[in-house]
Amino acid sequence: MPHFDIIDHTADIGITAYGNDHAEVFSTAAHAMFSLITELDNVEEKVSCQIEKTEDGMEVLLVSWLNELLYIYETEHMLLKRFDIIHLDKKHIEAIAWGEKIDRAKHLLTTDIKAATYHLLSIERTQDGGYAARVIFDT
Amino acid sequence: MKAGWDGVLNKRGDCLWEIPQDYKQGMRTSGLIYASEAMIGDIKRDQAPEQVANVAFLPGIVGSSLAMPDIHWGYGFPIGGVAATRVDDGVISPGGVGFDINCGVRLLRTHLTEKEIEPKIGELVAELFRQVPSGVGSEGRIKLNDKEMNRVLQNGAGWAVERGYGEGSDIEYSEENGCMKSADPGEVSQRARKRGLPQLGTLGSGNHFLEIQVVDRIHDADKARVFGIEHTGQVFILIHTGSRGLGYQVCDDSIKDMMAAVQRYGIDLPDRQLACAPVTSPEGRAYLGAMACAANYAWANRQCITHWTRQALVSVLSKKDIGASLVYDVAHNIAKIERHRVEGNDLTLCVHRKGATRAFPAGHPDIPAKYRGTGQPVLIPGDMGRYSFVAVGTDMALNQTFGSTCHGAGRLMSRSAAKKQLKGTDIPASMQAKGVTVMAHNLRTLAEEAPQAYKDVSDVVDAAQCAGISQAVARMRPIGVIKG
Repeated sequence: MPHFDIIDHTADIGITAYGNDHAEVFSTAAHAMFSLITELDNVEEKVSCQIEKTEDGMEVLLVSWLNELLYIYETEHMLLKRFDIIHLDKKHIEAIAWGEKIDRAKHLLTTDIKAATYHLLSIERTQDGGYAARVIFDT
Repeated sequence: MKAGWDGVLNKRGDCLWEIPQDYKQGMRTSGLIYASEAMIGDIKRDQAPEQVANVAFLPGIVGSSLAMPDIHWGYGFPIGGVAATRVDDGVISPGGVGFDINCGVRLLRTHLTEKEIEPKIGELVAELFRQVPSGVGSEGRIKLNDKEMNRVLQNGAGWAVERGYGEGSDIEYSEENGCMKSADPGEVSQRARKRGLPQLGTLGSGNHFLEIQVVDRIHDADKARVFGIEHTGQVFILIHTGSRGLGYQVCDDSIKDMMAAVQRYGIDLPDRQLACAPVTSPEGRAYLGAMACAANYAWANRQCITHWTRQALVSVLSKKDIGASLVYDVAHNIAKIERHRVEGNDLTLCVHRKGATRAFPAGHPDIPAKYRGTGQPVLIPGDMGRYSFVAVGTDMALNQTFGSTCHGAGRLMSRSAAKKQLKGTDIPASMQAKGVTVMAHNLRTLAEEAPQAYKDVSDVVDAAQCAGISQAVARMRPIGVIKG
């Protein structure tokens, strides 16, 4: 199961996503973000989409990856829950995301996330040798 | 994340606090927070004052880095932040505008009375809910192609009126006449357009709303009369929404460009979300052109919603003359190029208002002729259970805050704390008991918007009045609420 915490601030929402490596952190952060948008138990892995992004640095790439997923969610009406990272380095990510089209009868959309922000953005080593990434959303 | 803020804050007046320039190396000026003594404890509970200090790093900043009484923690800029930079050698920061470009509020007056609509309030709220698309990811009834989208981005509310969504006078009573002429549709990405195409004419979700309100207190009868606020019990409509996905994408696109610009121009910033570029640089100009497009989209959005609101009122009340005319429409997330007199010099400035409302005084040329004797109407929404305010801009605001004041209440509880505390509460039923009919797409998240989750907006309005940057004219209480 993806391991993450919700940062619950008075005005806004963020996440801390944990993983053994950067790829796991990226997929967990995406899962955490969609868990804010809807109840992921009600989402099936029916269709997939490919994502590719290039940015200057791992942290910026993380925000860019999440905003790309929000763009797909909004323009393709896709709720995504599984994220297979095919390639990830400091500047580049390639992934396949799985989920299904929004069905208003089945899916309750709970939070309108405007964007992942760069505010307090960090990816750090944890004491157990893994990684933790923090992202704050504008909601 | 640090919890409370324990920086230096010096009292400079009854409702004025200063963060000195030497608080942090790199600040180019001081920070000033407009708030009452009672509010300061709350403000120091998070890092919002640090963000006021961070904004003081922006090159070309004029005066102080300012925060209005509803200041709270944001990204880069605090919400409630105001910063003016010189156009000649200063910067523009998309973070000083925010993702929801031209999020704003529009107030419609009617000839109706509470007594008249009370028997039909349920029907009226249901019809408004049907006519005005709302909710997370809501899509609208307007079908646009790319060519038509260019006209929306170029002409704003004017586009909507031309297409039959409203009246000519709507344009007159809107900040910028509902259209920033600096719009450059060529600077709006395909991605932003794609997000915006299906969403024009939608309310969205979160704290966006459409409310039927009645006047419950008049603070300044003379000014109220000029605004068309005649008596208690008179019905008004308040609409709060912005530029939807189009604006979010314009902001996201520009922050990336600006992060590269920060490197290119060698700008030293304490927070990446403050990314900026010189106002006159290609990056700065591109953002201003795109931002104006998103602002125009938001004005067109509020204009379409206005039209459907009128239709709903006319059809439910079977009455033609409801008199639904605009009091005013204000943008509270925006950057504007404005002329201001600073220490005896007339300067052209880029005024960032991030969760702050323009509050120009009587006599200012940029406000409609009808309001030249009173000052510009300032619309300050509160929570869905208590009240909202109509205020007016002042000379003090123009002299001290580049003509700016507060924009709303601000949250008291986090979303999940609100949900937890109100678990099991039937919000629509408890609101109904207080005389407020509520309809929302998502009843589970409605708790996030419960009155208890918000601060009392009257404290904010009082602090702004104490500081002299706006004056209350009337108070309205909601009787019908549409939430996303």
